[in-house]
Amino acid sequence: MIKLVGLIPLLPLIGFVIIGLFGKKLSKSIVGLVGSGVIFGSFALALAIFFELKGGTQKEFTIDLFTWISAGKLSIPFSFLIDPLSSLFLLIITGIGFLIHLYSIGYMSHDEGFARFFAYLNLFIFFMLLLVLGSNYLIMFVGWEGVGLCSYLLIGFWFKNTAYNNAAKKAFIMNRIGDLGFLMGIILIFITFGSISYHEVFMQANSYSSGTPVLTVIALLLFVGAMGKSAQLPLYTWLPDAMAGPTPVSALIHAATMVTAGIYMIARSNILYSLSPVAMQTVAIVGACTALFAATIGLAQNDIKKVLAYSTVSQLGYMFLALGVGAYTGAVFHVMTHAFFKALLFLGAGSVIHAMGGEQDMRKMGGLKKYIPITHLTFLIGTLAIVGFPGFSGFFSKDEILAHAYENNKLLWVLGILTAAMTTFYMFRLYFLTFKGTFRGTHDQEHHLHESPKSMTIPLVILSMLAVVGGLIGIPEVLGGKHFLEEFLKPVFADSSSRIIFHLPESTEYMLMIVAVAVMATFLYSAYTVYVKNKTLPAAEGEELQPLHKLVYNKYWIDEIYETIITKPLNFISEALHKVVDNQIVDGIVNGIGYLVNWTSSTIRLAQTGNIGFYVFVMVISIVLILFTRLM
Amino acid sequence: MSIIQTIPIEWYLFLSTVLFAIGVFGVLFRRNAIIIFMSIELMLNAVNLLLVAFSSYLSDSKGQVFVFFIMAVAAAEVAVGLAILSMVYRNTNSPDINNLNKLKW
Repeated sequence: MIKLVGLIPLLPLIGFVIIGLFGKKLSKSIVGLVGSGVIFGSFALALAIFFELKGGTQKEFTIDLFTWISAGKLSIPFSFLIDPLSSLFLLIITGIGFLIHLYSIGYMSHDEGFARFFAYLNLFIFFMLLLVLGSNYLIMFVGWEGVGLCSYLLIGFWFKNTAYNNAAKKAFIMNRIGDLGFLMGIILIFITFGSISYHEVFMQANSYSSGTPVLTVIALLLFVGAMGKSAQLPLYTWLPDAMAGPTPVSALIHAATMVTAGIYMIARSNILYSLSPVAMQTVAIVGACTALFAATIGLAQNDIKKVLAYSTVSQLGYMFLALGVGAYTGAVFHVMTHAFFKALLFLGAGSVIHAMGGEQDMRKMGGLKKYIPITHLTFLIGTLAIVGFPGFSGFFSKDEILAHAYENNKLLWVLGILTAAMTTFYMFRLYFLTFKGTFRGTHDQEHHLHESPKSMTIPLVILSMLAVVGGLIGIPEVLGGKHFLEEFLKPVFADSSSRIIFHLPESTEYMLMIVAVAVMATFLYSAYTVYVKNKTLPAAEGEELQPLHKLVYNKYWIDEIYETIITKPLNFISEALHKVVDNQIVDGIVNGIGYLVNWTSSTIRLAQTGNIGFYVFVMVISIVLILFTRLM
Repeated sequence: MSIIQTIPIEWYLFLSTVLFAIGVFGVLFRRNAIIIFMSIELMLNAVNLLLVAFSSYLSDSKGQVFVFFIMAVAAAEVAVGLAILSMVYRNTNSPDINNLNKLKW
């Protein structure tokens, strides 16, 4: 079965080619069938490989497909690496990808770009699979850029809207900044280790002593790449804007898969980070700050998708916090549970938007519980999972991260628990405003309310089940469980885990859990008091806000600050360069040469008088001159 | 010792140089096409004279063969040249070559 791994990314590529070339001629049902079918095929293969890997003794396979680049010392095979980490990501990508494809059949059914949408989605899955399957940094980079491209195409999917196009460009450009860091990291890896294949690099890195400067630089450069792709401070502003894309895209790309590429990359390079305490510390601090920062913004947003977007940024911050404190398993665990519940929440939000006929403002919703019961129930499960309600998947992964953070640095733990508190508040604010109370939209909208079609609710139900049970593969040992995931991922993090020792007394772990649950319960209750008991509504558009509220509502004016200190000066410099260097100097040289040629020819032209006597005279004089010089 | 060699070679040189120079100046400074034409013939014959003189002095007949070629070519040239001149005269009603200045920028 392992031998067939090449088929996993190939199937979505075939799907892309078929739909991309013939999409317009095929009917929507066939496009939907092909688009989802190929992903299901990949999922089945991924599942088979997962079980083969789990059952077998060999935990790492490298499948060489062909030599891709061979030049001098540099030889890069196009090969895939199958190990527990990549096989887990394969499952997440193809599994959630399949559900979201299924959902899209219903969600996009009225869209004229139906085939284009599925072609892009398939292409995205192809690149994402390439990213996690590659056995060296270059293949990862190809996938990395490919998913960036697909993200751009899908954010700007409704390209007739200028704002959406701008959002797409913003995402692309901001990612490009991160990609530069990633690319320089790869180059530095090649210079340092003479190879870019994971196997070779990690083996050599293992012999370096901890804190070697070059490793720190590599780790930090790679982290810059992760910052861009996974929307960390200061490169996070593209992700909330990316919600311009269709909701399934937000769920698949901007919540469940692509944005976790940064976490995958760092988890994959875990040994480089474990050897560099400075880089680890940076990752942890950036992660914790992002988590808190994005959570505060989420408190005051009114657009249902924007809240979820900031929540995604915040949860990604959590994952980086986990990576930074050495809880690699915890990070991957949270990637997985987050993929379940955030995809669920986004798809649920999509279902709400579908029912509301495109309305995204929560101030116009309310009381949707009785109109769309399935969406309501699944959304509630998703909310409980993300806030870490005991027993739901988010509880276990979040708990693991917080425990590691507590051991590493109490301050990081405080930031984490504050984030958890805010997460609880804004998620229940979202839930209460949307589903509880009375309907606040127009009469037309109320009349239009309906439950979504089966192809949309089935993925919701499956995801909600996963969001409930997903945590069971990683029950901490203090609760009498067995951490299957840690067991499974052990070979990947073996070199790091010998360097990072994690040990907390059982009583402390219990205490942390109780604190987390207590905080969650408190904020759940306060959200309930504010939005259900007192029926508070968020301020309407144009209403004067408290200074702090205003600050958060306007997202700390980060976009405006970037606009002022980066975009405007850059535009000014470009403008100046355009006017001076391009228009004056470059164009001046080019035009000057043309002018010179014109001028000389128009001058020399005068010599051609048409007077034969003059020609003969010149000829004789010339002959005399030639003879004169030759004979002298 | 042929009759040609009764005269020293230098004299031939002087004579043909003078003839050639007369031809050149005729071409340069006269405006009548017929006279220019004649001056060209004069230059050709100055060269012919020199070729014959050297051929005789060096006892090498190649020079005289050359002269015959030049005379044949000159005859052909005269035929073509006079035809052109007569056409020029028909069109401009004068043999003045300064009328022929249309071929320019």
